[in-house]
Amino acid sequence: MSRGRYGIHGGQYISETLMNELIRLEEAYEHYKNDPGFVAELNKLFKEYAGRPSLLYYAEKMTKDLGGAKIYLKREDLNHTGSHKINNVLGQALLAKKMGKTRLIAETGAGQHGVATATAAALLGMECEIFMGKEDTDRQALNVYRMELLGAKVHPVTSGTMTLKDAVNETMREWTNRVSDTHYCLGSVMGPHPFPMIVRDFQSVISREAREQILAAEGKLPAAVVACVGGGSNAMGAFYNFIPDEGVELIGCEAAGKGVDTAFTAATIATGTLGVFHGMKSYFCQDEYGQIAPVYSISAGLDYPGIGPEHAHLHDTGRAQYVPVTDDEAVEAFEYLARTEGIICAIESAHAVAHVLKIAKNYRTDQSIIICVSGRGDKDVAAIARYRGVDIHD
Amino acid sequence: MTEIQKKVKNSVDGVFDTPNKKAFIGFLTAGDPDADSTVKFILEMERAGADLIEIGLPFSDPTAEGVVIQDANIRALKNGMTTDGVFEIVRRVRETSRLPLAFMTYLNPVFHYGYDRFFAKCEELGVGAIIIPDLPYEEKEEVEEPAAAHNVHLISMIAPTSEERIRSIAEGAHGFIYVVSSMGVTGVRSEITTDLGAMVEQIRRVTDTPCAIGFGISTPGQAKEMASLSDGAIVGSAIVKIIARHGAQAAEELYQYVKSMKDAVAEA
Repeated sequence: MSRGRYGIHGGQYISETLMNELIRLEEAYEHYKNDPGFVAELNKLFKEYAGRPSLLYYAEKMTKDLGGAKIYLKREDLNHTGSHKINNVLGQALLAKKMGKTRLIAETGAGQHGVATATAAALLGMECEIFMGKEDTDRQALNVYRMELLGAKVHPVTSGTMTLKDAVNETMREWTNRVSDTHYCLGSVMGPHPFPMIVRDFQSVISREAREQILAAEGKLPAAVVACVGGGSNAMGAFYNFIPDEGVELIGCEAAGKGVDTAFTAATIATGTLGVFHGMKSYFCQDEYGQIAPVYSISAGLDYPGIGPEHAHLHDTGRAQYVPVTDDEAVEAFEYLARTEGIICAIESAHAVAHVLKIAKNYRTDQSIIICVSGRGDKDVAAIARYRGVDIHD
Repeated sequence: MTEIQKKVKNSVDGVFDTPNKKAFIGFLTAGDPDADSTVKFILEMERAGADLIEIGLPFSDPTAEGVVIQDANIRALKNGMTTDGVFEIVRRVRETSRLPLAFMTYLNPVFHYGYDRFFAKCEELGVGAIIIPDLPYEEKEEVEEPAAAHNVHLISMIAPTSEERIRSIAEGAHGFIYVVSSMGVTGVRSEITTDLGAMVEQIRRVTDTPCAIGFGISTPGQAKEMASLSDGAIVGSAIVKIIARHGAQAAEELYQYVKSMKDAVAEA
């Protein structure tokens, strides 16, 4: 009976009020994903609006400095709106429009998904309301104003821990309230089926391009693909077309915050247990009674107590491995990439960079590693400065 | 009747057994503001005429609740309430009361406790039903079987958006059916606009399982109207609001309120 399973994970653990809408969404998606008109329209938006395909850049200085595998950066930071989030949003917004919806709502952590959703809403002439944890509206004030410029209404969420998890709670509540004209443009490979599938499919453009690009550049597949994981959308997109390539290691980098042995962490695979939350069965940071734990990361985008169900399954089967990366390591990698390659990446993406700084030398120089640079770091500059004790106003 | 419908028989069935007698079902959050108060409030609501009490087992992220019950969940957890603590509350209530009881919670605390272990406790303490708003028809199997094995009804919910799903949900329902009056989350509403008469009629065409309407009911007038359309009225946020306002001193106010609601339901 249950749909949307990845091994034991996934499913549709959601209120009855939303079930028919999820069924309709799945039907519409199954129809339009094979509709040549829809596919052409989306590809046109990808190419002419979002700026796809994104570059696969050979980071030569970094490669020389690390002295191991050749490092390639999949430059999702160069997409319109500055992150991979636009891939999913353009797909979902177009789908919602085809379904006759006139209003988009979305959660956002760092603000990247909110900005992307507000952008798509502006472009397609739809109303847009974004729910963002109060703590995140403070640490990402620039993105709040950006969303407002794009015509969206931003609701600071003051319940619970006032971060991404609470923003998801509040967006779900709003969707339950008003579902007939509204699509919940969920931002990651999480939530109830069909969201993990839809978001993964729209994000899989990352690995579709990267696989072709690396074959063209190197004549062979990479040794590893490395991406940061919160809910896990950029990682799922970066992994997906490499899953059948068994020789390619898939490595997801979780936000360890101040360390996996502290309470200040968001590393779900490292510290979480099996549970059911936000519509899905997966791994979650939670206490002995199944209360969802407050999580912490310097990165608002990875500050989430769960992980998408397909990642949980890739972990169970051993096809992908998940490693924790601390705030300190991420900030150092953020600075390293800026200094070495002249690229200021998102603090989220810096978690992936940090892991590659550790492992690159374990590979031969004829091997390659692809890092998914999921977003650009303009939004993080003020916070990094604060982290380093420099007081600047953003 | 399905196997499970035949199998589960407990005190919750008795709530709806008397013909033409409508039920008043009250909800409160366990541990809000503390365990002693919850025990006292349950007994007070029983004295005021409540036919069934839904005990909310607090969850950190109650996505189906409006602010009133969200805050109650937070208060209860902050004061240290746990799943074992809720079972202890029920044990104390059972020292003096045989009132039909149900749990309302989210799936994760139940999943985490272990389905078999959780429902064995329910059976031992005479908790006859459980309502889990994040467990729709499609996913109910994993819970319904262990619940039924311990003689606990897993209550089915039907919402204004259920439409053609009503048939399959109602056919498999037992204990009672929780009819969600309105779109959105729990909370007091000045007006309920769903055509509930038509919804209940649709349900009754496929099942004899009683229907109780909840979400948004706070006044005696609303309770009477909802009970006249169905077999009972469920009231949560309005009760939790009284507890939020009066804290540990809420018993007298709760008695008056529940009595007025019970009287209104009896007139339906």
